[in-house]
Amino acid sequence: MTRRSIRCASACAAMTFSSWLSTSAFAQTPAAAAAAAPQQTTDPQQIRQELDRLRQEFETIRDSYGARLAALEARLGSSQPAPVPPLPDAPAPAAAAPTPSAGQSPRPPGQTEGVEVPSGAAGAGGPQGTLPVYGGAAASSKVFNPDMAVIGNFIGTTGENTIESAPSLEMHEAEVTFQAVVDPYARADVFLSATPEGLEIEEGFLTLTSLPGGLLAKVGKMKEQFGKANTMHAHTLPWIDVPIVMKNFLGGEEGLNDSGVSVSKLLLNPWFFLEATGEVYQGNSGPFQTQERNDVSWLGRLRGYRDINESTNLDLGMSFTRGHNDAGLDTTTRLFGVDATLRYRPLRRAIYRRFMARTELMWSHRGQDIGDVSAFGMYASGDYQFARRWFGGVRFDRSARAADANLIDQGPSVVVTYWPSEFSQIRGQYRRTNYAEGVTSNEALFQFLFSIGAHGAHVF
Amino acid sequence: MKSRIFGAALFSVLLASANAFAQIKVVATTQDLESIAREIGGTKVSVDSLAKGYQDPHFVEAKPSFILKLHSTDLLIAVGRELEIGWLPPLINQARNPRIQPNGDRYLDASQTAKILEIPTGQITRAMGDVHPSGNPHYWLGPDNGRRIAQLIQKKLSEISPPDAAFFAQRYADFDRRLADAEKRWQAAMAPYKGVKVVTYHRSWPNFTDAFGLEVIGYVEPKPGIPPSPSHTLELIQEMKRQNVKIIIIEPYFDRKTPDAIARETGAQVIVLAPSVGGEKEVTDYFKLFDYDVNLVVNAIKQTGTK
Repeated sequence: MTRRSIRCASACAAMTFSSWLSTSAFAQTPAAAAAAAPQQTTDPQQIRQELDRLRQEFETIRDSYGARLAALEARLGSSQPAPVPPLPDAPAPAAAAPTPSAGQSPRPPGQTEGVEVPSGAAGAGGPQGTLPVYGGAAASSKVFNPDMAVIGNFIGTTGENTIESAPSLEMHEAEVTFQAVVDPYARADVFLSATPEGLEIEEGFLTLTSLPGGLLAKVGKMKEQFGKANTMHAHTLPWIDVPIVMKNFLGGEEGLNDSGVSVSKLLLNPWFFLEATGEVYQGNSGPFQTQERNDVSWLGRLRGYRDINESTNLDLGMSFTRGHNDAGLDTTTRLFGVDATLRYRPLRRAIYRRFMARTELMWSHRGQDIGDVSAFGMYASGDYQFARRWFGGVRFDRSARAADANLIDQGPSVVVTYWPSEFSQIRGQYRRTNYAEGVTSNEALFQFLFSIGAHGAHVF
Repeated sequence: MKSRIFGAALFSVLLASANAFAQIKVVATTQDLESIAREIGGTKVSVDSLAKGYQDPHFVEAKPSFILKLHSTDLLIAVGRELEIGWLPPLINQARNPRIQPNGDRYLDASQTAKILEIPTGQITRAMGDVHPSGNPHYWLGPDNGRRIAQLIQKKLSEISPPDAAFFAQRYADFDRRLADAEKRWQAAMAPYKGVKVVTYHRSWPNFTDAFGLEVIGYVEPKPGIPPSPSHTLELIQEMKRQNVKIIIIEPYFDRKTPDAIARETGAQVIVLAPSVGGEKEVTDYFKLFDYDVNLVVNAIKQTGTK
């Protein structure tokens, strides 16, 4: 094609384009048509053929969409027929030269109702004519099914460990998630955890999103808001295992995770994000054990957050929880925790670089018939993303045991993570642990994580 | 005299704050929507946004500071089409603002009437990469969709504040007219280059290339959201040589290494277009977005002598 005929073709396409939009506020039709008229005489035959071909192509597309739409609506059991939306005679100029972008449809099947256009230059505001409506919600007979996903977590362990045994190769967990909005007032999230031990409710709670007074309430079984690591699912942690302090104070990988009610409120102020949370639980998780029905456990948390600049932010928290334990007749365990997280993620390079430093300090006060025990435990970790798919991290653990503050376990870990995509992850971790018994273990762990189903939100 | 000036200043500050009190608070997820909402809302609204124009809108962090913005807003405008699926839902859940829930009357999905391209038909799986089942979410890059978005916003703002309906309608009419003028300008600038073949990094540009008649023959990413691979890069280089493609369009948040290497092999030019308002310093509103991008494309085509 010569330059001239290209210009002509585009002008003609522009003409049909604008005639399609003539009902809209697109007020340039006469000018475009006038400009196109003299050039049209150059090779009308060829152009007419081209236009006819385009129209034919378009009609086939339209028919196929119409049929598809009708089938879809029939499946939905809709009482209304499925009229085909009004179509332009020809697609926009670019579509005339077909682009290879797969599935690029000049015009998707959409709703049929138009959007009212206020009169253009006059500004009188009176609705006049309609714009063709594009898009529209994806229709499917399964629209009310919850979002579903399965997250597989495969862990391998090598090396010697006589204190804590773990299998060499294990399909550690398959977590099944169901998430949906319940009604205008609430949403529900259910996480079932299938492990070699069996199937259990990892979490299952209702979130009341429409409470007055800036309140947010959750009811059900859930991870208690104690610190950071305790609130996270295994697949969102930056490590394969959990820090020693979680094992010694909070009951291991499961952590504080119980049936109860949680209410939190934003404490609005001009300086930073501040959130207060109060929770009450059955009292049978981690270090807690009830003897009577009213031996519930209580939890309080205060979290502050502030952006230092657009890339860097600081997240601080304080948590306290109290519940009955199994060490005596009417003995309680009290836990106090402080957590601090510093994040750095430059926005322009957000998909290639990020850094996070985190520490959690915990104090456990365990009432026992034979003398109370006060113990301290902590971890500190740093994670750095050094390429689009690569992360490196370190963690240092040190924690006494809740029942005997003189027994201290500690050790470092080094972690490398590779992300083939957003939906899978391969991780290796070297862990050295000095147990209070005087045993030192060196272990190499590796993990494959994969997620299928609905796209979950990323954890912050 | 001095005190009078001071008094006047104080009065105007008071007036401004009283005015601010009556404004409709709008939060948009991106700066493009922010810009259009400002065009329509004028002084009757105060507009804020979450993601910056120079960051990848798929990967925004759900920062608690965003929760505060959403908590107090009267209207949330989202791009939709699952663009924000990785970060907006948890923010909305924690915002304690029932009206901006996706089923609430103050949640506006800006894609409702937009012209959406690349809606997958047939079976889709994640083997195709990070595909968006409800179509390509970068639809604001077609100027005609700016008009559609503006119209939705005008309707919504009029619903929220009926006494100002005429004001918003007038602002829309003005925006529509200026956009039509600008479109003529952009189309005229691009008219000689209809059908020019380009390569883009991510599938961010179908509405842009569609509007201005460019032809995308390939992508630096082998699949949406999957980083460049050596084998795909080699294929792309061969294809670009075969079809004599001299333009590589990339977004400011992607690494230039691979596109630059491809450019060296093929003699092409890499241009970093602004994918959004705020994507570059001088791109401060929706009109400047296309001014900037069209200008870069035209210059690059001229320099490389592409036909």
